[in-house]
Amino acid sequence: MSEPFEPKIVAFVCTYCTYAGADLAGTSRLKYAPNVRTIRLPCTGRISPMFILKALQKGADGVLVSGCHPGDCHFTHGNYHARRRWMVFRSLLDFIGIPPERVKYSWISAAEGVKFAELINSVTEDIRKLGPFDQYKELIEETEAEATH
Amino acid sequence: MAKIGVFICHCGENIGAKVDCSRLAEALGEHPGVAVSVEYKYFCSDPGQESVKKAIRDNNLTGVVVAACSPRMHEATFRKACAEAGLNPYQCEIANIREQCSWVHTDKDMATEKAMDITRSMVEKVKRNNNLQPIEVPVTRRALVIGGGIAGIQAALDIANAGQEVVLVEREPSLGGHMAQLSETFPTLDCSQCIMTPRMVEAAQHPNIRLLTYAEIESVDGYIGNFKVKVRMKSRCVDMNSCTGCGDCITKCPLKKIPSEFDCGLGKRTAIYTPFAQSVPNKPVIDKANCIYFKNGKCKICTKSCQFNSINFEMQDEFIELEIGAIVVATGFQVQNNAQYGEYGYGKYPDVINGLQFERLASASGPTAGKILRPSDGKEPQTVVFIQCAGSRDPSKGVRYCSKICCMYTAKHAMLYAHKVHDGKTHIFYMDIRAAGKGYDEFSRRAIEEDEASYVRGRVSKVWQENGKLMVRGVDTLLGKPVEIAADMVVLATTMIPQPDAKEFAKTIGIGYDEYGFYNEAHLKLRPVESSTAGIFLAGACQSPKDIPDSVAQASASASKVLALFSKDKLEREPVIAINNEATCAGCWGCVLACPYNAIEKKDILDRSGRLIKRVAFVNPGLCQGCGTCVTFCRSNSIDLAGFTEKQIFAEVMGL
Repeated sequence: MSEPFEPKIVAFVCTYCTYAGADLAGTSRLKYAPNVRTIRLPCTGRISPMFILKALQKGADGVLVSGCHPGDCHFTHGNYHARRRWMVFRSLLDFIGIPPERVKYSWISAAEGVKFAELINSVTEDIRKLGPFDQYKELIEETEAEATH
Repeated sequence: MAKIGVFICHCGENIGAKVDCSRLAEALGEHPGVAVSVEYKYFCSDPGQESVKKAIRDNNLTGVVVAACSPRMHEATFRKACAEAGLNPYQCEIANIREQCSWVHTDKDMATEKAMDITRSMVEKVKRNNNLQPIEVPVTRRALVIGGGIAGIQAALDIANAGQEVVLVEREPSLGGHMAQLSETFPTLDCSQCIMTPRMVEAAQHPNIRLLTYAEIESVDGYIGNFKVKVRMKSRCVDMNSCTGCGDCITKCPLKKIPSEFDCGLGKRTAIYTPFAQSVPNKPVIDKANCIYFKNGKCKICTKSCQFNSINFEMQDEFIELEIGAIVVATGFQVQNNAQYGEYGYGKYPDVINGLQFERLASASGPTAGKILRPSDGKEPQTVVFIQCAGSRDPSKGVRYCSKICCMYTAKHAMLYAHKVHDGKTHIFYMDIRAAGKGYDEFSRRAIEEDEASYVRGRVSKVWQENGKLMVRGVDTLLGKPVEIAADMVVLATTMIPQPDAKEFAKTIGIGYDEYGFYNEAHLKLRPVESSTAGIFLAGACQSPKDIPDSVAQASASASKVLALFSKDKLEREPVIAINNEATCAGCWGCVLACPYNAIEKKDILDRSGRLIKRVAFVNPGLCQGCGTCVTFCRSNSIDLAGFTEKQIFAEVMGL
């Protein structure tokens, strides 16, 4: 490969903390890698594991989930639900053969613009190192091909 | 058939310089379902909004995507424009290509690619948006003001004078806050007590204000217009109704040497006490940590001295529940402990004091009755050194921010000292003199020109004791020479920092805070007095370091926001709430467990003869806040969140 691999990463973030933190990174004119596409949700509690699987299926090389710090959730405890769900979901990922390192989980508050920029850079680098995520896509293509037979 | 309009804003050069807007418009124009795709310099401007409206009417658009700044900035603006053009406002979405794209990337090609993905994703979402109607909720016309300093008092009086009910909660035994501790105030040198105490009395006697002192907020539930607040009334051990405030108990209390918090430890108080002579309410409390009776069960001398049997050692904390429509948070600040500056000797040498302690020395109601006397031996200091920025603008030991008021209060201290000790000498070590404000620069010049304060530009490296003097070693950076001054007293211009429990309190009431613990405003410039939570407003130094004029201005601004809220009978709320499909709901009650607001009830479905068919979940639209946790929890995919439905989010992912 002559050109460096540019991973595609989908981020699911809550609007009150991480989305606001991302806006702060913007208003502070911090610079970070352009590989992440953000989907804004009211709360991390709204994030279904199905969204993550859909993103990976659609071609994402990695997924980032980020919300308010524990205790800071605008909706009091949506992020705790998200965390519990993530603990279970991680074992499922492992079980079905998706490396859990492809899915990152973090807390970024509305005041942490710098941390947001650093997180995006580090996640991009980590996923870049893991390389393109093809096996899931191939699997789906195969399954879909079989189904149409 | 979807007919989506895509409006790509250049935001001057903010977006245009980093994102190829023409390429973006062209690419989106080819996207399925997009009827219009245009670019313009400023869509938020009047002609910009008009062109959006015209495009909606001319093309019968079913949805609108504005690719511009963050939705936190102008979502409301464009939704309003859509509504004016006859489109349901919830058919408008914002693609954030400024804060999260053009401002943070350097490569124009990659930024343009990203902007395309973001905009396409929003187009896919909008195609699946539903027409929503705002929810109407009633408003309780009663405000809660938390904090009884100058900001809280001002906000409470403004709201009360407009004819609305206010509950003013203060956790100390008296109103007053930090302003009551000050001697004179800059830039007019009028006496703080003289302008503060009448306001305290006015607040306490106002028919529309219910004053709760020695009380703390226990919990806040609910939402804008409909908060439920629980207040803990700490037990004073003194019955507020029968006590007349005669003060006999205070005179008789055998414990007379407890350091007074109000005097910053420079004065003493008794165990049954009022914080200061002009306290409002002027009724004492018992300090349970120090009182002899609470320690070993004996004494009760105060009980014998009380003619009204007002003292009750058995008194317990009580709880009050309040229905509140809007909240003003005015919880104030504290001054930083200077312990991290070991080299200045604060806490080690009694004559090294902080700015607030100097205020108490200079105050006519203070421990020295307004005479400037050294804490160590009670003598008048002949040379005083002031050290500015003791903690502020110092990321290594203190805080990064400028504490804002210290330049001015140090100039004031130098003047007050010069007016009281005529042959005294003042030296002020400073980094910069920041005197922006009406009459402020003139004031600090007066300190130099009329009251002969000697300003030395530079930092102090060490303070030590030698031959009864405090030796101050620093550097004069303008002369490029080290300086050593033998002083009798050193005053540190200590930084304003958030209250020690500011972060925890923010969690209790549900508002955001910054890295230090100052409360976050919804928008620094355009919504500076609103918190990120609707119906909760900010006033005073709990948001950032502020002087008195700024605190009062912000308090009045918060009050006007509260009054605007109370001017309506009903409030409109965003219709982002969960909706249950009763046909598929299995009644497993997973959503009930997930809901943080107890908004989900069990509803009986009956047949015509009244027999129970099944029980299903019902989302109370008044209580639901729209977090969507229940949606993810729902095993039968029956609950969905309006505005962020499963279909919309999957479409967004597919659009990327």
